[in-house]
Amino acid sequence: MRRVTAVTAAAAVLALTATACGGDGGSSDNAGKGEIAGTVTYWDTSNDAEKGTYKKIAEDFEKKHPKVDVKYVHVNFGDANQKFKNAAGGNSGAPDVMRTEVAWVADFANLGYLAPLDGTPALDDAGDYLKTAAGSTRFKGKTYAVPQVTDTLGLFYNKKMLKEAGVGVPGSFDELKKSAKKIKSKTGKTGLYLRGDDPYWFLPYLYGEGGDLVDPTAKKVTVDDAPGAKAFARMKDLVDSGAAVTDSSDGQENGLKAFQDGDVAMIVDGPWDIAGAQQGKEFKDDKDNLGVAPVPAGSKAAGSPQGGWNLSVYAGTKNMRTAQEFAKYMSSAEVQQRTTEELSLLPTRESVYDKPSVRGNKMVEFFKPAVDEAVQRPWIAEGNSLFEPVRGQMDAVLTGGRSPEEAADKVGDDFRKLLKDQDYK
Amino acid sequence: MAVETTTGSRPAPAAGDGGSTAGPGRGSGGGDADRTGRKSGASGRLGRAVSRYWYAWAMVAPVVGVIGVIVGYPLLRGVYLSLTDADEANVERVIGVNHLPATYKFTGLDNYVSILGDSVFWDRLGWTVVWTAGCVGVTFVLGLTLAVMLNRQVRGRSFYRIGMIVPWGIPAFVSVFAWKMLFNEKNGLLNQVLDGGGIDAVPWLGDPFWAKVAVIAVNVWLGVPFMIVAMLGALQGIPGELYEAAEMDGAGPWQRFRNITLPGLRAVSSTVVLLSTIWTFNMFPVIYLLTRGGPEDSTEILVTYAFRLSFINSPRDFATSAAWGVLILVLLSLFTVVYRRALRRQGEVW
Repeated sequence: MRRVTAVTAAAAVLALTATACGGDGGSSDNAGKGEIAGTVTYWDTSNDAEKGTYKKIAEDFEKKHPKVDVKYVHVNFGDANQKFKNAAGGNSGAPDVMRTEVAWVADFANLGYLAPLDGTPALDDAGDYLKTAAGSTRFKGKTYAVPQVTDTLGLFYNKKMLKEAGVGVPGSFDELKKSAKKIKSKTGKTGLYLRGDDPYWFLPYLYGEGGDLVDPTAKKVTVDDAPGAKAFARMKDLVDSGAAVTDSSDGQENGLKAFQDGDVAMIVDGPWDIAGAQQGKEFKDDKDNLGVAPVPAGSKAAGSPQGGWNLSVYAGTKNMRTAQEFAKYMSSAEVQQRTTEELSLLPTRESVYDKPSVRGNKMVEFFKPAVDEAVQRPWIAEGNSLFEPVRGQMDAVLTGGRSPEEAADKVGDDFRKLLKDQDYK
Repeated sequence: MAVETTTGSRPAPAAGDGGSTAGPGRGSGGGDADRTGRKSGASGRLGRAVSRYWYAWAMVAPVVGVIGVIVGYPLLRGVYLSLTDADEANVERVIGVNHLPATYKFTGLDNYVSILGDSVFWDRLGWTVVWTAGCVGVTFVLGLTLAVMLNRQVRGRSFYRIGMIVPWGIPAFVSVFAWKMLFNEKNGLLNQVLDGGGIDAVPWLGDPFWAKVAVIAVNVWLGVPFMIVAMLGALQGIPGELYEAAEMDGAGPWQRFRNITLPGLRAVSSTVVLLSTIWTFNMFPVIYLLTRGGPEDSTEILVTYAFRLSFINSPRDFATSAAWGVLILVLLSLFTVVYRRALRRQGEVW
């Protein structure tokens, strides 16, 4: 009974969105011939180090289209999801173009807040996008965003410290555990800082055992299969054996500080912390001391979650065509080359990686191999809420006494509760 | 003299507060209707009431209107939503020119049945009760002790008084972030001090037990100033002659405290305890900003869980969250009723 109502409701919403957006597409096509004009408001979520450059880039759109006025608004990453939902749901104050985290696209699109971009000027040379990056822009067969930058996790390591201990860069977590023992005995330091506070960091361990959170095609919760428990067990083992240290809160600050100060030899982290790591005392005077390698493998494979940012057009924008053109510009090869040159961010277009200035970029060198192996997350509307249950059980396993199997089962039960309207098994 | 103003005037505003809008109008209007009702019919009664009290009603109307809009409407809407399956994806939305009508259904008491049948609610409720009792108890004892100390003639009394009030002057979220830095397991000041004393680092926010201690400590720190101010006021209302007379009769300090100070404080303290119980029960910022309910939900109270349902989960689950809100309201109302009963039995005029 419940199922039937949910399905009909979903169908009704979809149908309505589709028809309404169809109408919009028509009007924008008519306007397609003339010169674009008007104001376009852009919400940018880049971090403090990046926002100056993004503002300049966004405003340079006005040079190409003198009749357009770009209104750049910076929104903190942490608040952006809520702010956009409040504005779009309340039908007031939503931007025309939004910088959308890869996991948000499905969520926003599901609520009808985003305009589909297939066949519009926004989607330009779509074949050029990296496959993983393009995957996050699609929801239920339609494209709701264009990729701007991509990222993933890598293993940061302190070259000097590994050398002193006489170990190489670990290719697997088993190897890492062995190396950690040597590091401890030779240097007295801990091998790895393990982020125990943020569920995103659970994913490399889960993927390493060949698992995933859910299987959206089979509509099945998979986190409580064998790999889920193995992933929790692996994390617990690293901490219990002394190979890694962890915290259940403030992991971002504590982890980066421990790595900067040389208290730990390695940390799993993303490109956004490269600049921060290099400011630490271990790396300040010797930038070459910082190495980045792909995330170590588990017993099955090596895999780290794909992150990054897309650009979406708000379904209620009054200036559809200008917004589409702006999204196209912000995702263009030219702008991506610029963000790599100026901010060392990873482009989402294959062609940009061929540019000499991009190929020679150190961060790209570091992270391109990792990005190529990045695992796509389940792009479902509920994707964001799946993290809370994982966070709780990570706490329970790492600081409480819960067994990995129990923890994985508990996460699975919570997922089924969250996904009950979608009938996940 | 002073004791008369505190104990004598205290119940009057309390009664006025309780029914600040309808109280006076209803009281006198009702009496009048009874008297006139015996004389003439319904229309005459109404007409007379209007002609006699129109001025009072006109004065009250704006307040009733404002409260109806900012309290009544959201409350009723919340109760209604709690009886549906509304979430972010099926409520009415207007997106530019697109209009998506509401498609949620009335589901009766389904939400309540599933909440009350789930151990999650009872676990949260258990901890919320412990948290409230712990915070209010410690805050009250500490506030009372400090107030008694500050009520004497000590050197630098005004300095201490101002010092005690400072936590009140700082926005709660600022204090909470400051505390979070102190509690940091690896780099926090508290653990560095302990380390200096040769004690191992305490996982303040990482261990379920210590996290509970930590959140209660911070809330006590935030709540004590209010308690001191209220208690100081009450203490100053107790006439000195009583103490002098007791001393003449040979009562010791503890006897004087038990038989004069405590009874003299009762009128104020009962109200203050009720208020801080309600505030603490719903103290969102301390828990959310300090631990986000962790580790593993061990510090999650009812309101932070309701927040998680309606803001962190996606699509936002409005209906279940509203049902949690209604349950919290019911629990607090029940508590207030029981508490008032208990006080009345003790002879408090309330």
